[in-house]
Amino acid sequence: MQIDHVVCAFCGCVCDDLTVTLEDGRVTGVKQACALGRAWLLGHSAEADQPPALIDGQPASLEEAVEVAAQILSQARYPLIYGLSSTYCEAQRQAVALADLLGATIDCCTSVCHGPSGIAMQVVGEPTCTLGEVKNRADLLIYWGSNPAESHPLHFARYAVTPKGLFIPRGRKDRTVVLVDVRPTASARAADIFLQIKPGRDFECLWALRALIRGLDLEESAVADTGLTLAQLQDLAGRMKSCRFGVLFVGQGLTQSRGKQMNTAAAFMLVRDLYAHTKFAVIPMRGHGNVTGIDNVLSWQTGYPFGVNFSRGYPRFNPGEFTAVDVLGRGEADAALIVASDPVATLPRVAARRLAQIPTVALDTHGSETTKVARVVITTAPAGISAEGTIYRMDNVPLRLRKFLPSPYPSDEEVLGRIVERVTQLRARN
Amino acid sequence: MLRIINGEVYDPLNGVNGEVRDVCAADGKIVSEAPDGKVIDAQGMVVMPGGIEFHAHVAGGKVNAGRKMRPEDHREMAIPRTPLTRSGVGHTVPSTFATGYHFAQLGYTTVMEAAGPPLGARHVHEELNDIPILDKGFFVLMGNNYFVLKFIAEGDFARLKDYVAWLLEATGGYAIKIVNPAGVDTWKWGRNVNSLDDPADTFPVTPRQIVVNLARVQQELGLPHTIHVHCNNLGVPGNAQITLQTMQAVGDLPIHVTHAQFNGYGGTGWGDFHSGAPELAAYVNEHKNVTVDMGQVVFGPVTTMTADGPWQYRLYQLSGHKWVNCDVEMETSAGIVPYRFSKRNAVNAVQWAVGLELALLIEDPWRVFLTTDHPNGGPFHAYPDIIKLLLDRDHRAEVLEGVHRGAQKRSSLKDLHREYSLFEIAIITRAGPARALGLRQKGHLGPGADADIAIYSKAADPKEMFARPRYVIKAGEIVAQDGRIVQDKPGRTFYVAPGYDRQIESAIRDDFEKYYTVSFENYPVQFDHYLPHRVAVSCVRE
Repeated sequence: MQIDHVVCAFCGCVCDDLTVTLEDGRVTGVKQACALGRAWLLGHSAEADQPPALIDGQPASLEEAVEVAAQILSQARYPLIYGLSSTYCEAQRQAVALADLLGATIDCCTSVCHGPSGIAMQVVGEPTCTLGEVKNRADLLIYWGSNPAESHPLHFARYAVTPKGLFIPRGRKDRTVVLVDVRPTASARAADIFLQIKPGRDFECLWALRALIRGLDLEESAVADTGLTLAQLQDLAGRMKSCRFGVLFVGQGLTQSRGKQMNTAAAFMLVRDLYAHTKFAVIPMRGHGNVTGIDNVLSWQTGYPFGVNFSRGYPRFNPGEFTAVDVLGRGEADAALIVASDPVATLPRVAARRLAQIPTVALDTHGSETTKVARVVITTAPAGISAEGTIYRMDNVPLRLRKFLPSPYPSDEEVLGRIVERVTQLRARN
Repeated sequence: MLRIINGEVYDPLNGVNGEVRDVCAADGKIVSEAPDGKVIDAQGMVVMPGGIEFHAHVAGGKVNAGRKMRPEDHREMAIPRTPLTRSGVGHTVPSTFATGYHFAQLGYTTVMEAAGPPLGARHVHEELNDIPILDKGFFVLMGNNYFVLKFIAEGDFARLKDYVAWLLEATGGYAIKIVNPAGVDTWKWGRNVNSLDDPADTFPVTPRQIVVNLARVQQELGLPHTIHVHCNNLGVPGNAQITLQTMQAVGDLPIHVTHAQFNGYGGTGWGDFHSGAPELAAYVNEHKNVTVDMGQVVFGPVTTMTADGPWQYRLYQLSGHKWVNCDVEMETSAGIVPYRFSKRNAVNAVQWAVGLELALLIEDPWRVFLTTDHPNGGPFHAYPDIIKLLLDRDHRAEVLEGVHRGAQKRSSLKDLHREYSLFEIAIITRAGPARALGLRQKGHLGPGADADIAIYSKAADPKEMFARPRYVIKAGEIVAQDGRIVQDKPGRTFYVAPGYDRQIESAIRDDFEKYYTVSFENYPVQFDHYLPHRVAVSCVRE
């Protein structure tokens, strides 16, 4: 059986024109996907290949696991809910409902990827656009600290570099592509110009560009630390001012290096300044499939995009206080619920270690470093394959993930809904 | 079943003006008699249909970006969780749950989201579904849509009509929204239009052509609500002229000019900035095909957010505050800038006066509605303050004394002595909006209407009275009592399905596949998932 127009939930590109072939209850073919999307989709099957749940490493039923999870969470004094970037919005809504009910802290992968972009937006705003505007109008593309060739493999072909668009009739020929990074990555091959800056000097480069775009005279010595010459910066500033529609894509090279939100704020202000000369946009290259979705769900339900704490009965926001790395690293969280994420593999060691020390509940489609240390593990159906719901592309365009393969496992939404229900009962009793 | 006895009933659609009579409800509807069930003794109280928010930005990508960018706003108002209700935050851009509770606490039971981009329709619905209690719908941005411009440029009215019908169904939307027609299209290259005859960029069609053609489409499709127009040059001195020209352009075709305050200015610059309300009101008074809403300014913090990208950029330049812009492929743009209306600022004082002048100078209350264009002019929870300004001219004069002299010198407000009656308040907050929206089961208390009812204590201070209804009833059940939410339940979503010739899909598919970045098949919203509690409002073709 062949299914068309499949929406891929793997990365922030959320390509929606995949064709998937199913044979004997198994995904056997994937067309139009990148290597990452294909690897993720292939091999999922309708058969049960893992126990529905584990409690203390022993196979258990879903009911038992929900019960233990609800007990753990409702007995905790400062529980943390974390992850949620690789599941769909309906499940994310249940997770926020649970956090509200428990008075928990809830945080998502944003706090360790593009949290600094979110903070920059709160400081200076964000002039942006959807990816179709890039395809239809952009004649100058600048990638800064981002390596889409490896992180978002179809980004160049679907949205940005090669496609022909409404006002870009010749596609690649009508565009200039610039890559700014600390080393020549795989994306350098796609670029017309590669500018290698010194590590940790992003802010200085961006600030120098702002000065040049404002028409200030800079001495060569002022940019000596950046790794670029004044002439290189002047050339780039000139291109930015004279293009018709420019787009600056910012990656984690900018958000997770020295300067963090200062870097992204500088990038956003640079783009804002360019409105004196031309049309420009900035787009953060969001990574995980639906990390943009959890930012949105948290924002509409609580007012804040990540790092939200409900311990006073209403939402409070404070990155550094209510973000997962900090809550775990300081040893504050005394129980955790991890959904569709693998923090033990990705967070700093001190935070990961805390997850092993406290009772942790993990919902995932497969085993991970986190499920290895979790006290309760519940296997759930993969979003966009065996569970349907809403996903937000990196540019906030919402699409519907479909379910095309039956699964022996419940969806994240269902499991979280059952935990909410059980915690509600336990609360009512006390 | 429910029986409300001894109340002073204001039900303008049924001509009931303060008579003491019973109002009964059963199965979510108003009925003529309800022999048993709960009785509310409304002695000394005022009974009105539930309020209808005609134009507010409460759900979707733009609103959410406003929430996301303004943590400082939310600290103004924290709403703790209760065993019945979810927690949330305010103040100008409240979270979804807080939005629903807040409206209900003010006696409002229906809200229309004023502007959603079609590409973001799922997002609009997701948020609408998380706004509890209220019934809702959303207006679909069309005034700068690629296919709308294209079919107008090609002179293909039949396809334009089919496309609009298709788009309304694809988005689960309710009405045609037009924002700065042609201007937003040119904004995608950083420009704007400033007359009704400046062309758009993608296709050489003018604001005049866009407004007139869509007004005809609305009539021919028999959509329940007229075109809903945010005129060109919003916010700019002298813009009352283009507003008048827009109304003139449609001739006798029905048109709603939204947040008219923001489009009701005279003068040639900020130096001679003054009210243009008398001119606009005079035109509205003479032309029964026109309705407007106030877009009243409330002094204090606001979050301005519109699809009018070039205006929001200009406001950023004027204010220097943080600024979000988002251009949406093929369809529209959006901008957000926090702002603060100050009593001591001459321009702000005039803006404040203009909204009130419109309400007081337009003679027919059925054609002017109470809005703040939330959260642009002010937050919706300021409605009780505005009602008081309309009901009480002494209070109004007192407030006018406390604001910048500009409001007295550059508007006619100090000479306006009209006072609204409770009957007229009921018109501009419920009956009028219901009629203008074509929601026949809303805004009145006749048998068959939805049993959405607000009961207020008659207090000496109308602000107090309207800020805290004694009872708010939604679909026959009490949802709020003395300012407390006592029941949390989902509301419904209104949509229209005017029908279209399926040929339109092949007419747009080619360009769609070339220039959008989503598949044609993945574009329409799935009604079962995004409008789980939906009500189709019928279209009547003339």
